[in-house]
Amino acid sequence: MSLIPLYGKTRTELAELVIAEGLPKFSATQIADWLYRKDVDSIDQMSNLSKKVREQLSEKYTLGLIAPDQVSESTDGTKKYLFPTGNNKFVEAAYIPESDRATLCVSSQAGCKMGCLFCMTGKQGFQGQLTSGEILNQLRSIPEFRNVTNIVYMGMGEPFDNLDSVLKSTEILTSDWGMGWSPKRITVSSVGLIPALRKFMEQSNCHLAISLHTPFEEERKMLMPIQNVYPIADVVAEIRKVFKGGQRRVSFEYIMFDGINDTPKHVKEMAKLLSGLECRVNLIRFHTIPDSPLRGTSDAKMLEFRDALTSKGIFTTIRSSRGQDIQAACGLLSTKALIEKNNLLFFSHKFFTNIV
Amino acid sequence: MKSWSDIEHSKQRVISNERIAPGSHLLKLHRNHKFIAGQVIALGISAEIEPRLYSIASAENDDLITILYSEKAEGALTPMLSNLKTGDTLLVSKPFGTFTAVKDNAVFVATGTGIAPFMSMLLSNKVNHATVIHGASYPEFFYFSEYLHSTLGERYIRCCSRCMPGCLYVGRVTKFLKEWDALSPNKNYYLCGSAEMVVETRDILISRGVSTAKINSEIYF
Ligand SMILES: Cc1cc2nc3c(=O)[nH]c(=O)nc-3n(C[C@H](O)[C@H](O)[C@H](O)COP(=O)(O)OP(=O)(O)OC[C@H]3O[C@@H](n4cnc5c(N)ncnc54)[C@H](O)[C@@H]3O)c2cc1C
Ligand code: SF4
Repeated sequence: MSLIPLYGKTRTELAELVIAEGLPKFSATQIADWLYRKDVDSIDQMSNLSKKVREQLSEKYTLGLIAPDQVSESTDGTKKYLFPTGNNKFVEAAYIPESDRATLCVSSQAGCKMGCLFCMTGKQGFQGQLTSGEILNQLRSIPEFRNVTNIVYMGMGEPFDNLDSVLKSTEILTSDWGMGWSPKRITVSSVGLIPALRKFMEQSNCHLAISLHTPFEEERKMLMPIQNVYPIADVVAEIRKVFKGGQRRVSFEYIMFDGINDTPKHVKEMAKLLSGLECRVNLIRFHTIPDSPLRGTSDAKMLEFRDALTSKGIFTTIRSSRGQDIQAACGLLSTKALIEKNNLLFFSHKFFTNIV
Repeated sequence: MKSWSDIEHSKQRVISNERIAPGSHLLKLHRNHKFIAGQVIALGISAEIEPRLYSIASAENDDLITILYSEKAEGALTPMLSNLKTGDTLLVSKPFGTFTAVKDNAVFVATGTGIAPFMSMLLSNKVNHATVIHGASYPEFFYFSEYLHSTLGERYIRCCSRCMPGCLYVGRVTKFLKEWDALSPNKNYYLCGSAEMVVETRDILISRGVSTAKINSEIYF
């Protein structure tokens, strides 16, 4: 029987677990403390549990921490980590250090079902959901774990298509019994699956980033098939309904495609769509992906676009591009080639051990 | 809970729930709202299970709406849907979605139950001279094939990935499209089904000179 991972369990789940194991209720808080505040590497290090209890737990459970398989480092200091997950799947996390902060971009699914035209992850199809433990492991198991100041759920996958695991992971990150992070340091990014958006706004205080990419319906359908089901106008209307302002930030991601979504017409329509909504727009450079008909907008034109939006009263920034040389930049996270390579390694490794 | 409380929906009685192939059913309900061919509804059994989306497969002016669904063994909803009997109730949202703007000279590419919105468009006479390319693993999963064969003739192409060579094309839709001589950049392409099929088909179409403005996709995520 394979061991059940403890890492990624919420306090409620740990409480159920200790009851099932016949342990006192307060053990749940103790275990959460060891997992998320004292960062132990094994059950055996949970020294305020008796040796007998630790042995009992170790028979059924494991911490579930998984070291990254590979790391590539960019000339700009960005690092891309490749993590194995269940069933021979792989996901990537990108660590992006800056002068005053260090951001970790985590994956929420292996692959993705949303099929956005501009995205490498979309091209590899869907391989499976990540558990909350697998999401948090991308933070916990990198050497820079303690340097990370911000987390963005912008890696592989659509977080709202795996909302329960994402919410569990943000609960662990932000709870007193967990890592105690401020929700202001966490941003969850989505194409805007409306039912999940509602639940997220209700149950979490983390920042929300919506992939907008164009305010025009037909154009957005071309870029993002989800537009057929949850149109951006409805997504924005929903945000207007449920967003109460305060500490939480709502932003819109806008990848700039040359000659497609970078015209004055777009500025005007964006102003109409977002009028009066407390939000910001992040303009993102497009990194051309293989076989794509899309090209990125020039830097000069991006600046023009930013200024035009700003003059319409929309707070707009241009996201600096990081990790491009190691394919860690936005929309470039894909493990397809690596999966193929690693499957080979995997099999030969297994084969080898069998012979031995 | 959750999402159902925020969605405009009603409780409806099942008119019929007929098994048409292994694990595949046609569910019929009264049509309480107007809809446009290509739209979806959300279905559920109870408020505890998140709504799931289903394309309407019937004609716009039909008194009943038809849903074609396939049961997912580990799924939360479809195993329960397939047990529904006439008169049982389920939660049904109003129709929505915009996978509807179909133009003439359309090529419909579908896998599995992804044929549903195209059936609705054809039955509602929304399109002239459509071609349907349908992919499935075995012959029994070419839903509505009698109707499609009799109305479209040679413009109805079945790609059967696990068939023995015979009267159907053997292989996936993506293999067929790569070899298809009649693939033209001037046609309008509508794709519906799994993300894998949609993404791969889109790449094939783009590589054959079809502009992205002529490709519209609905993914059954
Ligand atoms: C726009 C749209 C239209 C659609 N139209 C149709 C239609 O006309 N007909 C139709 O049959 N379907 C349609 N679908 C799909 C439908 O909405 C459901 O997704 C499908 O019926 C499965 O529902 P379920 O509750 O049975 O399975 P789910 O519980 O949603 O699970 C689906 C599959 O994922 C697997 N799974 C579930 N949870 C996990 C997990 N944590 N990790 C890994 N795998 C997991 C399950 O094993 C199962 O095979 C449509 C979807 C969309 C978005
Ligand atoms: S951009 Fe995001 S939602 Fe779209 S396919 Fe890529 S990972 Fe999925």
